[in-house]
Amino acid sequence: MEDLLAARLQMAISLGFHIIFACIGMAMPFLMAIAEYKWIKTGEQVYQDLAKAWSKGVAIFFATGAVSGTVLSFELGLLWPTFMEHAGPIFGMPFSWEGTAFFVEAIALGLFLYGWDKLKPWVHWGTGLVVGISGVASGIFVVAANAWMNSPAGFDWVNGEAINIDPVAAMFNDAWASQAIHMTIAAFVATGFGVAGLHALLLLKDRNNLFHRKALKIALAIGAVAAILQPISGDYSAKDVAERQPAKLAALESHFETERGADLIIGGIPDEENREVHFAIRIPGMLSFLAHGDLNAEVIGLEEFPEDEWPPVLVTHIAFQIMVGAGFLMMFVGLLYLFFYWKKKHLLFRRWFLWLVGICTPLGFIAVEAGWTVTEVGRQPWIIYEIMKTEDALSSMPGLQYPLYLIIALYLLLTVIVSWLMYRQVITLSDRYQTANLKAETDAD
Amino acid sequence: MLIEIVIFFLGLSIVFYVLFGGADFGAGVLEILSGKGDRETIAHAIGPVWEANHVWLVLVVVILFMAFPKVYAAMSVHLHIPLLLMLVGIVLRGTAFTYMHYDAIKDETNDIYNAVFKISSVFTPLFLGVIAGAATLGKINPEPEHFVEGFITPWLNLFSFSVGLFTVTLFTFLAAIYLIGETSQEKQRSAFTKTARNLNIAAVFIGILVFASAHFEGLTLLSMFLDSWFAILMAALATLLLPAIWWSLQHYKVILSRIFAAGQVVAILLAWFWVQYPSIINRTDGFEDLTFYNTAAPDATLTQLVWALVIGSCIILPCLFYLMRVFKGGQFTQSKTNQ
Ligand code: HDD
Ligand code: HEM
Ligand code: HEM
Repeated sequence: MEDLLAARLQMAISLGFHIIFACIGMAMPFLMAIAEYKWIKTGEQVYQDLAKAWSKGVAIFFATGAVSGTVLSFELGLLWPTFMEHAGPIFGMPFSWEGTAFFVEAIALGLFLYGWDKLKPWVHWGTGLVVGISGVASGIFVVAANAWMNSPAGFDWVNGEAINIDPVAAMFNDAWASQAIHMTIAAFVATGFGVAGLHALLLLKDRNNLFHRKALKIALAIGAVAAILQPISGDYSAKDVAERQPAKLAALESHFETERGADLIIGGIPDEENREVHFAIRIPGMLSFLAHGDLNAEVIGLEEFPEDEWPPVLVTHIAFQIMVGAGFLMMFVGLLYLFFYWKKKHLLFRRWFLWLVGICTPLGFIAVEAGWTVTEVGRQPWIIYEIMKTEDALSSMPGLQYPLYLIIALYLLLTVIVSWLMYRQVITLSDRYQTANLKAETDAD
Repeated sequence: MLIEIVIFFLGLSIVFYVLFGGADFGAGVLEILSGKGDRETIAHAIGPVWEANHVWLVLVVVILFMAFPKVYAAMSVHLHIPLLLMLVGIVLRGTAFTYMHYDAIKDETNDIYNAVFKISSVFTPLFLGVIAGAATLGKINPEPEHFVEGFITPWLNLFSFSVGLFTVTLFTFLAAIYLIGETSQEKQRSAFTKTARNLNIAAVFIGILVFASAHFEGLTLLSMFLDSWFAILMAALATLLLPAIWWSLQHYKVILSRIFAAGQVVAILLAWFWVQYPSIINRTDGFEDLTFYNTAAPDATLTQLVWALVIGSCIILPCLFYLMRVFKGGQFTQSKTNQ
């Protein structure tokens, strides 16, 4: 295998692995905080059981997230030393703040997991909240670093060297806000729907299980609100991309020719050779509207760029369709849930609705992976947009496929084990609530 | 001045990683040495703190690539293989430890996690030491003729592995000392005490091995050492602490023995640091060594880094103190948590 390809795959796999745990690390503490809050307020034991059961899962996920993140911070250099040599001093600032966030997060997590009996209830609840807040903060910081790669700022590039470095300007680059908002919401969508979906599937087996009912309500409430916000934030992201990375926008929309009143292309298979899209649905003028807020605005097509600077159109386009498709489906389910919650409580635990929620279990994570594919593959062939090519950043060590194989084997192993551990958590979890709790039948709250 | 502050924080992070993260690794090694009986004590001692302890390493990496990017790049390229092996160890160890603890069903899989935990507790610090040794040795050649010269020779040698072995020994020694205070069983305490003493002796001999292998590999470590009054001072301090540690062990002065042991390790680290200073990575003849000064990032970057570190410390240190107080205060009356 070619070294460049191996390195790109290794980076993609490591990041794709880490992001799952990162999303859970950002959102899950808030779900636990809600459950614990209800326990402290109402004294209902089921809420404490829920918070504790969730926290055991979180401990497993957090450890996996922490070690895979540690791998990443070395991998940036192991694979892309030339990039890091130049970029480190420019985009390092968010990472240095992220360090503090990690510390606070890890300390608070230690207190939360091991402190049920040692801390007063409200103090314990507070440590859980701190885990969540610092998790979100570290996510935002690291996304700022990634945004800088999409929208480099805070330096002048002269003869292959960066001068006049301004780390603050680099951190608050043009892409930062849109990416940070979109990523943070994504974490809540993915985790909310993931957790709600799992409990929905378990409810299908035992519909009156109080434990799973409470869990589903908390998780889906968070997921629903986030899923409704996400398309709005996605629209902001798209407008932003249209401004700063027109080639990426053109690739994700499979838009080859520059034109006014551009059609929005939904689905379909782009054909780079002939510059067409087959089997697509087209909505006239819609792309111009979505990208620039005006049905007649000009949208730049890929033809404006030399072909060797095109991102891979097929991958980017399909990934984008997957993200948006998943996004709208979850938004729909979210709206339905909120409607039922307010107006039609008796429909909340109907079989068909539980199935619908169950199907959504992996959708948020699929959307996250797809979204990152859009962002990262859509930036190609650049590692720093229009400054440094990915191939020029590569390590000089030959044989990079072997580290790739090692990482694949390691992460496959961890994936299997984590799934197995989760399975074991679930089968031991809700015995206590299995005997259909008669009160739950009418579901008072 | 700016750069000295950064160096101070880099050194501090390394010291903390060795003192806390290192002791975590050492605890795993101790389990191998002492058998199944200590598993509970060790799991109980590491549980709440390991995650925080290992963030020091992340901090070291971030400081390196932000402030001394050429050093980070050079290490990443030429020490790719030992770094990768160390990472595999970090992943296996951290996950195995947590999975062992949080597996909902306790059955024989627990023994597998435990085995992985123990093995990776040995080879992770071994490669950490190998990397440190390779940085000192000076066989890193930025323009290698072939693969072996560029990516193997720098670290696959007697000296680097002696440093690796030394690291494992020191970490295990630290763990033994810390654990004396974590248990209330008399038998276990005296076992840890004995192990700590033996490891202390072993460290002296392996230390001699480090110097001998340096000589063998053509590194004049001893004379570099003797040229520096500070290094001699630190070596003297480390030696003086030997009887002090023994005395405190004899009398079960838990806190005092910890302070002495930590002091000894810090003295060794400082001596190494001073012998190197201002170089971080020594390269083969004909290439300038990479020092703090010829690789430093511009002042604008260092300023931001210092802000982040100073403000970060003000946030982290009180939190860390609180964590330690909740879990490490009142060692002997410790009741079991229900997790
Ligand atoms: C639950 C996850 C999720 C969902 C439902 C959506 N997205 Fe998304 N999207 C992400 C998760 C995500 C992400 C993984 O978090 C990305 C990758 C980088 C980033 O900042 O967010 C992303 C990137 C991303 C980008 C590229 C940003 C860039 O490169 O800077 C655009 C244009 C959109 N999204 C647009 C949308 C639209 C119009 C959606 C409408 C439904 C949508 N996303 C739903
Ligand atoms: C966790 C979410 C992320 C995911 C899933 C992700 C995904 C990817 C993918 C798929 C690639 C390969 C692109 C290709 O080569 O075609 C890639 C490359 C890369 N990403 Fe990301 N990325 C994420 C976040 C980040 C962040 C936060 C950073 C840096 C701070 C980053 C830095 C890089 C680098 C250096 C490369 C290699 C160079 C390149 O291919 O452009 N990524 N990532
Ligand atoms: C968009 C992409 C990313 C997001 C949102 C993200 C977020 C997070 C979060 C929330 C955690 C906490 C651990 C957990 O909950 O499991 C974490 C851990 C970590 N991440 Fe990431 N991360 C991203 C990419 C990266 C990259 C590119 C790096 C390295 C350069 C990195 C380095 C780390 C490290 C070192 C940890 C461990 C911290 C600890 O020890 O507690 N992350 N990340």
